[in-house]
Amino acid sequence: MIKTVRPKLEFLSKEFIQKIIEEAHEILEKQGVFVENEEALKLFKEAGMRVDEQTQRVYITRQLAEDSLSSAPSIIRLYDRTGEKEFIVGKDHVHFDPGSAAITILDHKTSEERKPVSEDLVKFCRLTDCLEHYDFQSTGIVSSDVPDLISDSYRLYIGLQFSAKPVVTGTFRVEGFKPMHDMLVAVRGGEENLAEKPLAIFDACPSPPLKWSNLTTQSLIDSAQAGIPSELISMGMTGATSPVTIAGTLVQHVAENLSGVVITQLAKKGAPVIFGGSPSSFDMRKGTTPMGAIETMMIDSAYTQIGKYLNLPTHAYMGLSDSKINDSQAGLETGIGAVMAALSGVNVISGPGMMNFESCQSLEKLVVDNEICGMACRAIEGISQRDEPIAKNLFEGFTQETQFLTMPHTRKWYKEEHTFPGIIDRDTYDYWVSLGKKSIADRASEEVDRLLKETPPSLLDDDILQELRKIMDSDAKACGVSSLPEIKL
Amino acid sequence: MNKEEILKRMRTAIVEGNKDETEALANEAIKQKLDLNDVIDKGYVPGIEKVGDLWEKGEYFLPELITSAECMKGAMKVLRPELEKAHVSARSKGKVIIGTVEGDIHDIGKNLVASMLSANGFQVIDLGADVKLEKFVEKAEAENADFICLSALLTTTMLGQKKVVEMLKEKNLAGRYKVLVGGAPVNQKWADDIGANGYGENAMVAVRITKKLTGE
Repeated sequence: MIKTVRPKLEFLSKEFIQKIIEEAHEILEKQGVFVENEEALKLFKEAGMRVDEQTQRVYITRQLAEDSLSSAPSIIRLYDRTGEKEFIVGKDHVHFDPGSAAITILDHKTSEERKPVSEDLVKFCRLTDCLEHYDFQSTGIVSSDVPDLISDSYRLYIGLQFSAKPVVTGTFRVEGFKPMHDMLVAVRGGEENLAEKPLAIFDACPSPPLKWSNLTTQSLIDSAQAGIPSELISMGMTGATSPVTIAGTLVQHVAENLSGVVITQLAKKGAPVIFGGSPSSFDMRKGTTPMGAIETMMIDSAYTQIGKYLNLPTHAYMGLSDSKINDSQAGLETGIGAVMAALSGVNVISGPGMMNFESCQSLEKLVVDNEICGMACRAIEGISQRDEPIAKNLFEGFTQETQFLTMPHTRKWYKEEHTFPGIIDRDTYDYWVSLGKKSIADRASEEVDRLLKETPPSLLDDDILQELRKIMDSDAKACGVSSLPEIKL
Repeated sequence: MNKEEILKRMRTAIVEGNKDETEALANEAIKQKLDLNDVIDKGYVPGIEKVGDLWEKGEYFLPELITSAECMKGAMKVLRPELEKAHVSARSKGKVIIGTVEGDIHDIGKNLVASMLSANGFQVIDLGADVKLEKFVEKAEAENADFICLSALLTTTMLGQKKVVEMLKEKNLAGRYKVLVGGAPVNQKWADDIGANGYGENAMVAVRITKKLTGE
């Protein structure tokens, strides 16, 4: 049998990749990077780096960057809540998770954005849990019915309760790490167990160009020491906060990511770290940052290729849209992004459900995007030789009446070779009319209701839940929040 | 070079975003002892207005817009000390205190608005990003400002805009300053809800609204 080829999208030649990395090294060495965190500055000094205390600028030698690259693992294993199901983050494995930290939700009934509340967050987590093409969940909605101070830990608190999938999350404040870590430890049953079987990824976003704020640096350090994988989210905007050319933005992206890798490795050698980002093309007319722009996706795909060249697991914000409603723009931008991401072999693809420049989640879109992700996953399985010979035997003695529907060969392979979507419309026109001429958004809305009604939530064991509650309550109390919203199912 | 020639070249330099030329012409005007406010009104201002037109027509994009605004700023930097020397103040449409509110480090949008306001004849005092809320009020008081412009990119920080409006009320300064709000999560409804005087969805609209509030 001929080996199946994994279809691949690559924008850069090896020579181009090396040149980009070369310039990134030079920037780190000669211009440096800002690190607004005392602990990290101390680590840099101990590693013999030149540190300008006044400006908090650190110059990173090529040697240290290269050492950090070689001590960072090329594969990360994540485990679901039970600790039994393993997900490999690395090589060309692809995992989709919903886009994170939306501050609004699109209300299907009114077609308007509104502030999400806990009930929306619970629905979002439950849906993510039961939609098959999302391997990971994300703390994708910032619930407006709890004070901002605890909105980071609260998102995780709800996520862990209502989905068994590994979770992509992150802190909004330095103090947020501890309660969030405590919750993960509670679920896993011990700090060592958590380090051994990570359940969460923590996102850390540098501020472009080339600056690590106190919060993100601390998140990198704390995560590294706890064995939690950090995801580096560089987000240059072409021509605004990074060079306007795609290759120029890649240089900055690589420099920022490299410096992030160095921080994690200084905090703990061998700490898991993911080469990721959320850069975007900057619209010079509107002053906005379109995530659905083809140039945004080209940047994502290209830095992923570079991340792979550096032997690191990769992440990108793809498979999302800037549309404000579930229209064709929402589908086309998400579709192109998801397929490009999968073909690029991005290991963690965050984006589904998201719209309006990474600010809004839609439950309906989450359902539609699940199908898009399914299609993308099918595409990268490639085309296989299933039989020897391939098919010539099927034509032996064929006549004008020959058809394939009843052949055992068809029965044997049709489910392997072809996928069957849920809410994508493949009906005949008349049948579609008879069903009420529904749009995909309408069908998705019905599917949201059906899934929530028919799928029992994957709840936590009661004793662990009690422990989580205790952690959440004490965090809330420490922040002066006396009560939390009642969760109704 | 006669005055007409200078004025014409000033306009072109602004439209083309030629910073060296804009500043050289400002120095030339000083050398020739021209009426500097007249030069600003008839040379530079028509230039920036033309830039606004080109933006409206969709010919100019942000890089052209902001480069021209920066040229304008450069010219004023040369001219202002001369005007002060002559005890003439540069004509100003009003004094603006601008900044991104506490907890928010995003300043691209704010910078665009600051540049455009300054280019359009407002005196802009930019407090930067992550600005303590009290500082907006203190600075406005100290500078005897006309406008307070508050930028916020995050929903969590846009509350800061509301707090500044409340702070003004507490200090019995409501109505003393016109408060303008902007930023990705902000909209007209939010501006109305918190009692701000205006909201602009982009830098050009911000200029239009600020001008309108001055009664122009």
